[in-house]
Amino acid sequence: MQDPPLTVPPVPPPDQHDPPGAHQRKGAVEGSATWSLSDRIGLAICWALGLLFCAIAVAIVVYLLVQGIKFLRPEMLWTPAAAGFDETETGGFSDALFGTMIVAAMGIAIALPTGIAIAVWLVEYGRPTALARITESTIEAIAGIPSIVLALFGTVIFSSTALGFLSRSSEGVVFGRSFFAAAAMLSLVALPLIVASVREGLNSIPRHVREASYAVGKTKAATTRRILLPTCRPQVATGAMLGLGRIIGDTAIIVVLLGATQNFAPVEGAAFPFNYLRGAGTTLTNFVYEASPTGNLNQPQKAYAAAFVLLLMVLALNAAVDVVHRRARKVGTWSH
Amino acid sequence: MNEDLPQEYGPKWSDQRVERMLGALVCGVVALLLALIVTVFVHAWPSFAHNGLAWFSASGDVEEQLNAISLSAQTSGEYVYTFHAWPLIWSTLLITGGAVLVALISALFVAVFIVEFAPEWMSNILQPVIRFLASVPSVIYGLLGVLVLVPFIGNHLVTEEQKASVAGVISLTGYSLLAAILVLTVMIAPIMVSIFSDGLRAVKPGWIEGSLGLGINRWRTTWKIGVRSARPAIVAGTVLAVARAIGEAVMLAMISGSVAFAPNPADGLIFIYEPSRPLGPTIVKNIDQLSSPPFNATLFSIAAVLLFSAAMFSLAGWLARRSMRKYLMP
Repeated sequence: MQDPPLTVPPVPPPDQHDPPGAHQRKGAVEGSATWSLSDRIGLAICWALGLLFCAIAVAIVVYLLVQGIKFLRPEMLWTPAAAGFDETETGGFSDALFGTMIVAAMGIAIALPTGIAIAVWLVEYGRPTALARITESTIEAIAGIPSIVLALFGTVIFSSTALGFLSRSSEGVVFGRSFFAAAAMLSLVALPLIVASVREGLNSIPRHVREASYAVGKTKAATTRRILLPTCRPQVATGAMLGLGRIIGDTAIIVVLLGATQNFAPVEGAAFPFNYLRGAGTTLTNFVYEASPTGNLNQPQKAYAAAFVLLLMVLALNAAVDVVHRRARKVGTWSH
Repeated sequence: MNEDLPQEYGPKWSDQRVERMLGALVCGVVALLLALIVTVFVHAWPSFAHNGLAWFSASGDVEEQLNAISLSAQTSGEYVYTFHAWPLIWSTLLITGGAVLVALISALFVAVFIVEFAPEWMSNILQPVIRFLASVPSVIYGLLGVLVLVPFIGNHLVTEEQKASVAGVISLTGYSLLAAILVLTVMIAPIMVSIFSDGLRAVKPGWIEGSLGLGINRWRTTWKIGVRSARPAIVAGTVLAVARAIGEAVMLAMISGSVAFAPNPADGLIFIYEPSRPLGPTIVKNIDQLSSPPFNATLFSIAAVLLFSAAMFSLAGWLARRSMRKYLMP
């Protein structure tokens, strides 16, 4: 839909690749000079709040950057945490850093295929209709469940004896805290974001593309795999990265389901990757939480250093989302 | 014939089979949610059964009740379940309500600004800023709150007279409602802004033009036509933000203070400097007690209340949006 010349961008930026249909209501043709005072005060509030949000973001980044440069030593990244009397003796947070990576990889490995499958079912199949509506509400409900409730639910599932092989167990009592448990619950946190993003991508592919594929004799499944999913790869990537951001940033599930230790606690007698994955561990969020003045370790300098590393990860994910968006825009979208 | 075709045409990936497999997965996810709801309520039942509606009442000291629950499990006598959670509920209401109110108003202004009034360069800055603020992990907000905002409030905003006036009851150290509300606002406002601005962008241009054509200025047009027609998005964004705020545990555990105290607005403005502890942080702080049966039931009862209120908010949002269907784009 083309916008009528309600407003005209004053200077059209040369490198704009907006998809057709993007609304362009920017640039005031009508200044605020003729407005009444109350309207102008309102506009001033808009400016003030907009600048305030920018200021908060800049303050967070700059403050953590300063503290990070002040307190982050490279050796912290490969020294595990240790017991000690002051912050010079307590090592670094390598276990937390690896823990974050493990949890993120495992969580997304569960959430991404599940999320894509649910989105494909909702858009391409979606029958019976009642089940489709129930599924939509389920995904919405999962997005609204507080992560602390998910964590408590996780303790119930993973301390059941049937799932004892996923965590440490001794004499029939299942510990229930492991990378498996944390990653499984974290994948639920990421799931709604992935489903929403992939659905949006699938919905934006016009009907005639599918029909063309059916007309040359491809089955629905083959069309989905060969045509639809490759086409909405940017949305899949966006969903995955949004999900990753949520997984990396979640603390409640980690505190409850991964254990209050600051080191890996591998299970004896299990094969290599599984002894670590079945054991308790830690992540950067857990480390920051415990190292903050309200936590058990109380090492604010280390907390700042770890928070800085965490923030860098989040910033990198944000930048990656931006890049994917820009690329997808350059390639262009289907014209409706 | 079939052997010559690529695998996806064969019976292994036939449409019926794929549909059935995906359908089974979807059913599994639905079943998982049901299992979650049932599990939480079953585990919470002993606490509700022993307390009845008194669970929601205010009587006695919550900390003493929690201690008694934990002691009763250790001494292996009769389990004690007595738990009156009102201070925790009240704290949740105050913090969530305050933050949602502040965030709603400011997010509305910022969304209007981004969509309608900000110059090109400004909205190009604001949009990534909002996305960044929405993606900062809550524990970083908590850390900055506890190391920057809390000491500032404790040392500079609260006066010595105020500290002295409540000295016998509670100590004002900066862990406060104010800190919790401010940080929570910064956390949930970006969620609202992004959903609100999507809603504002989707308003039918014809409606806006109609109003502009009648000679109404852009500010009033935006608020009277744009914001009104975007009400479904505003409800949706608010519901999502409320769910986030209710469930926020870790950040609030760090900065709201860890006393089960119910700040009383009737005491005057000082109540915003008073510490409290909402429901979510109570679970986080006592998570090591999870293995004792009565405490387990108590923690799950708190989780059940959180789950129920989150569900009720989404239901309310759904009902509100249903009545506004006429505003939705066809």
